[in-house]
Amino acid sequence: MGATKLTCRECGADYGLEARYVCDRCFGPLEVGYEHDVKDVEHMRRRIMGGPQNIWRYHDFLPLEGPHPRNRTGLPAGCTPLVRADRLAARFGIREVWVKNDAANPTHSFKDRVVSVAANRARELGYDTLACASTGNLANSVAAHGAALGMETYVFIPADLEEQKILATGVYGTKLVKVKGTYDDVNRLCTELSGERDWAFVNVNMRPYYSEGSKTLGYEIGEQLGWETPDRVVAPIASGSLYTKIAKGFEEFRDLGLVRGDAPIMNGAQADGCSPVATAYAEGADFCKPVRPDTIAKSLAIGNPADGPYALDLARRSGGAIDSVSDDEIRAGIKLLAETTGIFTETAGGVTTAVFAKLAERGDIDPGERVVLVITGEGLKTLDAVRGTFESYWITPSYDEFVREVESGVRA
Amino acid sequence: MPTVKLPTQLREAAGGESAVSVAGATVGEVLSSLFDVHGELRDRLSDGDGGLRRFVNVYVDGEDIRFGDGLDTPVAESQEVQILPAVAGG
Repeated sequence: MGATKLTCRECGADYGLEARYVCDRCFGPLEVGYEHDVKDVEHMRRRIMGGPQNIWRYHDFLPLEGPHPRNRTGLPAGCTPLVRADRLAARFGIREVWVKNDAANPTHSFKDRVVSVAANRARELGYDTLACASTGNLANSVAAHGAALGMETYVFIPADLEEQKILATGVYGTKLVKVKGTYDDVNRLCTELSGERDWAFVNVNMRPYYSEGSKTLGYEIGEQLGWETPDRVVAPIASGSLYTKIAKGFEEFRDLGLVRGDAPIMNGAQADGCSPVATAYAEGADFCKPVRPDTIAKSLAIGNPADGPYALDLARRSGGAIDSVSDDEIRAGIKLLAETTGIFTETAGGVTTAVFAKLAERGDIDPGERVVLVITGEGLKTLDAVRGTFESYWITPSYDEFVREVESGVRA
Repeated sequence: MPTVKLPTQLREAAGGESAVSVAGATVGEVLSSLFDVHGELRDRLSDGDGGLRRFVNVYVDGEDIRFGDGLDTPVAESQEVQILPAVAGG
């Protein structure tokens, strides 16, 4: 593998590729370091395109050892559709808008990418139990990947999650632990537990590997656009890991010459009810103050975002911004995406679409741009968000009644 | 005296202890007492300027001290101060 070490992002200390996420010296986060050797760009592109229709086609750029990508077992993630959204683009007079629909993953969110990498690395390191602290989508994914790989799983969630996410996790036969408290309380418990149990907590002690999975979104978007970068990416921010790793994916492929074009402008999207990163951005701060979340976008409800400082740095460095939207704007965003693209997203996708609309209306997006919206999850998991947002007709099976009630426009 | 719970990453620097009882009426005083007992912890946790490094989280009975008064957050005799790495989750 091209991965050679773990390096502290704060003090630069190096460690081996083990189950470790924090620098012993300064408590800074560890990140995977690589030494890539791509001499022939065309050959590497062909090698990727000849790989499987999932993230293992990028095997050379992920922190895993064998086996050959075609022989990997478990749930295959990635290679989700990049959908051209001309009707959405036309609403705002923008040349090109694309929707990266990551709801088309095995458990219907981008989390399958990160869990694929973390679970496989956990097996390589000899673990037989996977665990996570989750706002819902990660719970679905960890439970499913554990089932597929034959690993025991423990998933910890805030007790008040959407019912759909709880049901879609329990079905896999996981040990589902509902914790009375917010996601940040769950996360604190799991951070403590990760030191006391010999488990692979995908987003705690396996976090350096886990977060690398999100790079594949950048790789895929570049490949799907014909090995070119888009001008701008709008992505949601919860911990800030996804947002920063998408940019890292573009950066790596640009550095290696695999994709052409400038580094995209990166726009981050949060909900008003949990916007520690957007608030710090607006205040010019380089660190986030924690908040107590209160939003319908529960998958983004992290009040204490681990990668906040790096997300702030990326927004500023890339010429982007981090904005937040209200719960009503989130519902409108879900509806806007559904009505213009046929894609039904969960609340996090409503946040992303609403922030895109806000940027366009504010004139921040040049009409000639090519913009990609990263839609991270499935609308069927947050049905309550659309309940009561439309009306329907009630009739008996009668032609006359259909004409009178429906075609004359009288609504029930 | 309040008890300070240490994460696994810090235990070696605290003689293998997972919890230490030290004196203090605020988080800052408790940590200062802790550093007097286990000097190496000061280097790991302190930013050298009177504050904490930016990837250190501190809780009093489960409540993040940034929701209180930071290092001035009061700590009662019976309370537990917990130190954890901030880089988790998401």
